[in-house]
Amino acid sequence: METSTTLTNEIITNDLLPQKFGKRGMIWTGILIAFCVVGAFAYYMQLKNGLSVTAMRDYVSWGIYISNFVFFVAISLVGSLITAVFRLANVKWSTPLTRIAEIIAVSAIFFASLIIIVDMGRPERLFNLFVYGRLQSPIMWDVIVITTYFFISLLLLFFPLLPDLKILISSKEVLGKSFSKLYRFLGSFWKGTRLQDKLNKRAVNILCIIIIPVAFCIHTVTSWLFATTYRPGWDSTNFGAYFISGAFLVGAGGVLVAMYVFRKVYALEKYITTLHFDKMGRIVVLLALLYLYFNVNEYLVPAFKMKKSEEAHLTGLFTGEYAPLFWFAILAGMIIPIFILIFKRGRNPLPAFIAGILVVVGAWFKRFLIVTPTLLHPFLPMTDVPESYKHYFPSWQEWAIAMGSLAGALLVITFFARIFPIIPIQETINEQHETGNK
Amino acid sequence: MKNNDTSRRDFLATALLAGVASGCSSNNPFDPGDNKKVPSGEMVKLLSVDGEIIEVDKAFLNPVPEVPTLTNSEERIGIEGKKFVMVIDLSRCKNVGACKVACNHAHHLNPGQNWIKIHAMEDAEHTAPYWQPTTCMHCDEPPCVKVCPVDATFKRKDGIVLIDNERCIGCRFCMAACPYSTRVFNWQEPILEEKIATQHYSCETSVPQKIGTVSKCDFCPDMARKGELPHCVSACPNGVYFFGDMNEDSVTNGAETFRFSDLIKDKAGYRLMEDLGTKPRVYYLPPVNRNFPFESGLEKDTTEKNNSK
Ligand code: SF4
Ligand code: SF4
Repeated sequence: METSTTLTNEIITNDLLPQKFGKRGMIWTGILIAFCVVGAFAYYMQLKNGLSVTAMRDYVSWGIYISNFVFFVAISLVGSLITAVFRLANVKWSTPLTRIAEIIAVSAIFFASLIIIVDMGRPERLFNLFVYGRLQSPIMWDVIVITTYFFISLLLLFFPLLPDLKILISSKEVLGKSFSKLYRFLGSFWKGTRLQDKLNKRAVNILCIIIIPVAFCIHTVTSWLFATTYRPGWDSTNFGAYFISGAFLVGAGGVLVAMYVFRKVYALEKYITTLHFDKMGRIVVLLALLYLYFNVNEYLVPAFKMKKSEEAHLTGLFTGEYAPLFWFAILAGMIIPIFILIFKRGRNPLPAFIAGILVVVGAWFKRFLIVTPTLLHPFLPMTDVPESYKHYFPSWQEWAIAMGSLAGALLVITFFARIFPIIPIQETINEQHETGNK
Repeated sequence: MKNNDTSRRDFLATALLAGVASGCSSNNPFDPGDNKKVPSGEMVKLLSVDGEIIEVDKAFLNPVPEVPTLTNSEERIGIEGKKFVMVIDLSRCKNVGACKVACNHAHHLNPGQNWIKIHAMEDAEHTAPYWQPTTCMHCDEPPCVKVCPVDATFKRKDGIVLIDNERCIGCRFCMAACPYSTRVFNWQEPILEEKIATQHYSCETSVPQKIGTVSKCDFCPDMARKGELPHCVSACPNGVYFFGDMNEDSVTNGAETFRFSDLIKDKAGYRLMEDLGTKPRVYYLPPVNRNFPFESGLEKDTTEKNNSK
């Protein structure tokens, strides 16, 4: 079976087992932890002094916390795209990417819920949501679908991990005692019998089917947080689809970035090949075009009519205060990545990685542009308020907390990759056998 | 004040009960720590909870430090049989701002916070500018109530939209949802006198304000319970505000009383942003045949004019 093109089980296992942090890994983790500590300190200040430490005021009552939340929810959708959509569509090449996508999803959705708590004026009253919660509020819908999505994603991470846990437990010598306790705790019931295998496959299949509607719900509901208000710029029937297409785009961009990084750091060139970059690149182009299409719908149609209530908002974006950011988000988030990835050479790892970064950064600013400018253009003029209420630029505490949460999400991913194989070992072996047998 | 007479009866029982509570605390001659009480022989007549008159020796009266006269659930229901409504006559407004001052004072608002905002409005380039005071519209289809996840903002049977500051989680969704931008957030710990800050929070007085929660114009239901007009109405020297009860079909600014339906019909009253479907309870009378030129209020207003409706 071991032809020249296939790898032996041993090589695969050895290649994919989690490795110790090198020097680079240490520095990277250190930086992330530093960001988290600063963020935590800023949050402590906010708890002590109230939300007045932020730059939010009565008009801009939602700021980068909420845009960060939307960003997290968006990027978390990638889990369902890569795992569920591809699996159901019987796309085989995505196997090495599934776990990367799932861990991005889990950590992003976890930090999405954290940042929402950070945004609350009274976080200690969180339990009120359960005591007095009312279903008519889109916030309750969000609470419900986010929780559901989190647990499904967690299971989708866990079930395919089970066969790998068995391998991890058996290679105790390589990995050290402390971790093997954890592996045994998580997976000692897994014997890998035929029945267990069958059940596991079934479970994963069922999860893949239910996660797709839940994924659509979570981001649609998040878009409805805005679309259910009357505000110019939010009052749109396009919002659900617009948000979902944007979410898939930023998710796919995030996977491109993560693929490149893991491949480099863990020397996984044999598993994450240029073929993967090529395919993911094509997908990003497709998704970027789709998102661009929704953007045209979102901005061109109201701009054509230029209703009075929308006017200030739209001119602010196109030519006004927010124009640099707006055009940056459109160019960096969609148009330039399309131009890079549409060419075969652009789908090589490095250019694809750069395109991925552009997509992700553009998407973060896009979320900021969706949330903030609208609030600065209320229906009635801003009268009888202090001057500081009329502008918004996040305070350092807000930046620190937002960056801290992003660093936290990356930290979760980093630690996960340190403890568990980031590419499914057992599945890779199985697929090797399949292709090898052919 | 026509609506006073009928409401007075309703208030009687509550007022008396309240009298018991506050009466003993304010002129209590005894040391509250004294537990060996000797009957003084001096009897006091009181109204019992069942409505009977009872007599109690003065010595046995205990001061009740500060009892909320209404429970939270009573506050959530509202005043029986009422449908409060406000009419704002734009032809009389001169941007004096007395309404705002009185409101801020009565509700102990912090500097920079205003529940009443007096906008300088101009609907289009060549139309006449005018002053438009805005309060919470107490919408009948209130978007703020719809979006509140914990029922901290609620609509009462008497039409008033109130906020329960003990319950609000500070998500500020209601602020994003209110198209009239009337909501105010307590970004920091409100600066309040000790006496006010330690009071029991009442949805009807909206006092004391709490950090991390929202507040807004409440139509002064505590005044209505006493049969009095909201602070802004009685403070305005030009009689811009009219307050009243739709069920009685009358509104008053303290000096003049009108039949609400006639007033709206004769002066072509309208509501703000009717197209949004929020069904406000605040009606406006158009700024025609003005009592004052627009310029006479300009010196008070430094904010820029805005062309939106
Ligand atoms: S004016 Fe705003 S705050 Fe007042 S009831 Fe209507 S939506 Fe709510
Ligand atoms: S800020 Fe308070 S009142 Fe407003 S929606 Fe949130 S919980 Fe309700």
